[in-house]
Amino acid sequence: MPTNKYHKDPFYKSGTPWIWLNAGAVTISVIMVVGLLALIAVRGLGHFWPKTVYEIEYLDNKVTIQIIGERVETEEVLKQRILESGIAVESDDELIERSLIKVGNRDFLGVDFMLTVEPNELQVDKPKDVLVLERTQWGNFYGYLQQIKNNGEVLNLDEPTKWQELASRLERVDDLRDRIEHIEKVEIGRINYQLEKLRLKKRGLELDESTDEEKFQAIEDKRAEFNADYEVLKSELDALYREMSRDSVTAKIMNGKEVEIMLANIVKAYRPNAMSLGEKIIFYIKTFWGFITDDPREANTEGGIFPAIFGTVLTVMLMSVVVMPFGVIAAIYLREYAKQGFLTRLVRISVNNLAGVPSIVYGVFGLGFFVYVVGGTIDELFYSAALPAPTFGSGGLLWASLTLALLTVPVVIVATEEGLSRIPRSIREGSLALGATKAETLWRMILPMTSPAIMTGLILSIARAAGEVAPLMLVGVVKLAPSLPLDGNAPFVHLDRKFMHLGFHIYDVGFQSPNVEAARPLVYATALILVLVIIILNLAAIYTRNHLREKYKDLEQN
Amino acid sequence: MSEESGSTKLVIPNPLVFDRALWRRRSLKDLLARYLVGAGGIAVIGSIILIFLFLFMVVLPLFKGAELHELSSYKLSNSHSEATLLYSIEEQAEIAMRLDRKGVVHFFYVDSGELIESNDLLAGSDATISSWAHVDAEQNFIGLGLDTGQVLIFRHEYALQYGDEKREIIPSITYPYGNLPLALELGEQALLSLAVSDNEDGLTFFVYTESGPRLINYEKESSFLDEDEVTLELTSQVRLPYADTPVKALLSPEREWLYLLNQKGTVSFYDIREKDEPIHIEDISVLEAGHLPTSFEFLLGGISLLLADDHGNIHQLFLVRNEDNVRHLTAIRNFKSGAAKVSSITTERLRKGFLATDVDGNISIFHTTASRHLLTENISSNALLHLGIAPRSDKIIAEDVTGQVHVWELDSEHPEASLSSIWGKVWYESYPEPDYIWQSSSASSDFEPKFSLTPLTFGTFKAAFYAMLFAMPLAICGAIFTAYFMAPKMRSVVKPSIEIMAALPTVILGFLAGLWLAPYVEVNLPGVFAILLLVPLGVFSASFVWWKLPETITNKITDGWQAALLFPVVLFFAWLSLALSPWLEQVLFDGNMRLWLTDTLGVGYDQRNALIIGLTMGFAVIPIIFSISEDAVFSVPKHLTSGSLALGATPWQSLVHVVLPSASPGIFSATMIGLGRAVGETMIVLMATGNTPVMDFSIFEGMRTLSANVAVELPESEVASTHFRVLFLASLVLFIFTFFFNTIAEIVRQRLREKYSSL
Repeated sequence: MPTNKYHKDPFYKSGTPWIWLNAGAVTISVIMVVGLLALIAVRGLGHFWPKTVYEIEYLDNKVTIQIIGERVETEEVLKQRILESGIAVESDDELIERSLIKVGNRDFLGVDFMLTVEPNELQVDKPKDVLVLERTQWGNFYGYLQQIKNNGEVLNLDEPTKWQELASRLERVDDLRDRIEHIEKVEIGRINYQLEKLRLKKRGLELDESTDEEKFQAIEDKRAEFNADYEVLKSELDALYREMSRDSVTAKIMNGKEVEIMLANIVKAYRPNAMSLGEKIIFYIKTFWGFITDDPREANTEGGIFPAIFGTVLTVMLMSVVVMPFGVIAAIYLREYAKQGFLTRLVRISVNNLAGVPSIVYGVFGLGFFVYVVGGTIDELFYSAALPAPTFGSGGLLWASLTLALLTVPVVIVATEEGLSRIPRSIREGSLALGATKAETLWRMILPMTSPAIMTGLILSIARAAGEVAPLMLVGVVKLAPSLPLDGNAPFVHLDRKFMHLGFHIYDVGFQSPNVEAARPLVYATALILVLVIIILNLAAIYTRNHLREKYKDLEQN
Repeated sequence: MSEESGSTKLVIPNPLVFDRALWRRRSLKDLLARYLVGAGGIAVIGSIILIFLFLFMVVLPLFKGAELHELSSYKLSNSHSEATLLYSIEEQAEIAMRLDRKGVVHFFYVDSGELIESNDLLAGSDATISSWAHVDAEQNFIGLGLDTGQVLIFRHEYALQYGDEKREIIPSITYPYGNLPLALELGEQALLSLAVSDNEDGLTFFVYTESGPRLINYEKESSFLDEDEVTLELTSQVRLPYADTPVKALLSPEREWLYLLNQKGTVSFYDIREKDEPIHIEDISVLEAGHLPTSFEFLLGGISLLLADDHGNIHQLFLVRNEDNVRHLTAIRNFKSGAAKVSSITTERLRKGFLATDVDGNISIFHTTASRHLLTENISSNALLHLGIAPRSDKIIAEDVTGQVHVWELDSEHPEASLSSIWGKVWYESYPEPDYIWQSSSASSDFEPKFSLTPLTFGTFKAAFYAMLFAMPLAICGAIFTAYFMAPKMRSVVKPSIEIMAALPTVILGFLAGLWLAPYVEVNLPGVFAILLLVPLGVFSASFVWWKLPETITNKITDGWQAALLFPVVLFFAWLSLALSPWLEQVLFDGNMRLWLTDTLGVGYDQRNALIIGLTMGFAVIPIIFSISEDAVFSVPKHLTSGSLALGATPWQSLVHVVLPSASPGIFSATMIGLGRAVGETMIVLMATGNTPVMDFSIFEGMRTLSANVAVELPESEVASTHFRVLFLASLVLFIFTFFFNTIAEIVRQRLREKYSSL
């Protein structure tokens, strides 16, 4: 469309400024979207990069102290503000750089972070041999490696072999840890599961007032068997734990204090300042991989987020399985079978509206109806042995998926209907004229042609479901699930189990965790993963849609 | 699949042979499909309706009144022959206790009246009861004033015992202060009126004898060896400045206030925090002239007083602090049980409700906070004298003048909910004035729940308002430009990228708002406001510069790329504003804008406030409004604008006078849908507001919305409790709000579609 430059209207009358202001609105919107995604990406991805560790000689209220840590954030602050906050600063500049330094060593220092101002940083070094330890407890450690101890005895090692020794000993601890985890999670988990089943079986027999002594005896025998197995595993575990606590290291932290750290508590040890770019990239990839495949540690503020990713994907998949057929059937009914009139119009408007009903309302419904009414009834009928502990009578995977399905079914209905309405009458009539029944026409002509629209509906519903958190908070999401809803114990998928979810993980770690500042980078990383999961789910669906569209292109052209 | 085999047969049709079996199979399948689809379709649609119905069904019991059902009725047996002082029922509502004038406690089965045992509290003494008082109603402590000037405090207890078959309830009497009556050191004179208050520090008595009213105080001292062994020490015994004869006295549970009622219905109020120096504060008469008081009791918690008269009126009073922090006994609300004289008032044990009996044999049930009169039911043809209620408010026992005992089942689940208590201003206990308050739970059991949804609804609309304030101009202007002016090539990139925002989980937006934006804005507040001013100004001046540029330059760029040209401009001015922020703060606001706001404007500043919500939730609704408005503008038929341009209008003129009028319903419907979304959004408000239910429209204060409230409180509320149902009501309200906005939008949109098709 041409803007009218040939008019010699004055500037304000020409409408040009208004057009430009409208253009500005677009620009601002786009900048916000891109900026937001960039912010998440940069902060989320940056978290895994090994950061330089500084050693700073710092003037803290006229006393010189030593600080070792990562520079997390630097900002410019008015000098006056800094003086007001009680920090003595001597500088001619009005604006002063203030940094947030992550000093770690929470167990020795009591704090994770320190604030420094640039003029008071007397000397800043990047010592090559400063060591960073990621630990199972108390967050990161920063310091200098002193000695390695074997069963409390100091090993006599020179500088390069010291590092090799540490690496090989850490590898050993890692192997031990894997074995312990396998025994604890898989083998003992299986025994506990079986024992619980036996308990319920016994309780069931008691409830039936069974007097069949043999059955009781059989249960007792089995239980004894499992207990014996457990004892074996237990002693094996004890041995492994003893093995693991063999080694320790001593290290010097800031201000010269020497401390001892058990190797068993160390997840990872590295020297960021001594790493080359290649090493950093490898480290980065490894850390990132660990983040998406490991279990969380330390109240979710450290470690990985695998269970949350797993829970998110599984919920969305289950939801898709439910929502697809029902949404499509409802749309077909509305468009192909129901008599068109006032009532269908009303239903159509309601369905449209339901897509805009707040998700929390679905959550409330899910809690009240699925969990308490349906779940409660199921428990009474089939799981009475476990009562009063609820099986399906409390939030869980099944109810969460059903709630999400209900939430997204309008989306599928609307999209499918749209697709159905685009199919020319001639195709239906042609098919019927050739003697096909209505069902055959539907199955062979109409559904294939509508499939791209159905896939669109599914894409949209997946995109919406994967990001929903509010309803899930009511119907079964937890901050830390003891076991995955999918495991090696029959029936393999445990629909009654509570699960973890990326979105809830973000909420929980970002807002409910005791150490928000330390957990913040992890939340960014989780947010990034959630965005990625949603985009990947979307892309997969878009690919399917295009594939189908390609397949039925000929049909549509006719 | 059988469908496949059917089709292979279809491929080689023999027109001469009509395969009846095949045809039958096919039509059967067709029929099956019809029913299947029908059933499935109706099921899905039904389940959608079910949501609404279910929410409604959960909410409905809130507004149901109370019901009374007769269980049994019996005459007092001979052993019950002495006149009754008081009835009480234990927790399980199986056993009742009756105290008679001779000091005998009878335990009996409520439903049958069958006596279990009788305990004579005054056995072996020739004293008689001259007055009595509740000491601690929750703990079943009762004090008896004797004509010997002594007080006997006892407790009726019920122990649960699980035997072989079923549980058994064993009633017993214990004496927390020893089984000998306390001599109040008054000498031998009958206690005509008595009030006792007991807490962990001491025991205070008000007694009235012929020699006048007295306040007697004991302090408790636990022994060194055994914490539970308590000795009482008399610390003061003073005469009260009261000239009248009290008919009833009440001492507040924390031993701070004393209320005395005289025969005319005047309540005298004393401050007894200094036990040896009680201060008379005021006398207050709330009864109408000529009415006489009949009953005077504490409501649960000992804060409110209930005063009934002989014309069926019941007044609620409590202490209210005025501006000078002085407490005044104030009449709060009135209840009317009927025209007959009220004979007794019994308060509920777990709620702020009470029951009144009258001389016509009626029982009336009330709730104070909700100012609800739930029920009046006639249960006897004679005047009722005494009433006892089970702690769970599920059973009542009443005695009439003829000695007939009536046992009724009471069904009153949610008396605390009423339209006025949920939506109106309510004068809560100890508050200076009626107010809208949401405070659903507290640690103490005698807490008055405050279920006003008004502040939450206010918060919801406040959040939505600021979000729309930010989103509407950006989304609608952006949509107009994208649909009408933008180059198609750019449009194909811009539109999807803005629509991506819709797929962004709101939990991420909420997290960024709470942990990144809120602290950032707090520090750079002047910069943020500078952006609002400078960026539009920058865009405006950029357009002017472009206008003045020689055409040789401007012609090199085709029209419709203004938005792209503006990227550096917007970024520069935004950066400039933020860079200027500290200087602005220094120059304009004495170096600290937050402080300046509080000191100069008197506006409080929350870190997580409506400004943050406006920006973030605005961000969340922009794609919705943008997408629908863009469609509306874009689908205005092209021949309309071509005609307008051909007639010499500038593009802006054709936009304002031709395109916008036709697209405005679409834009309106987009706004409505955006509003619906903003009203129901949960995670952003949960994470980026302080979640305090305040009624303050300030942009620098937080709020609590309906949705966030449900998300926070529902998992913790007890199933089927009033709180639970009120939260369901909150979601129903949300449902109705959004359904309403969406329906308007949908109807407008359908109209628009019809209009376009006719153009």
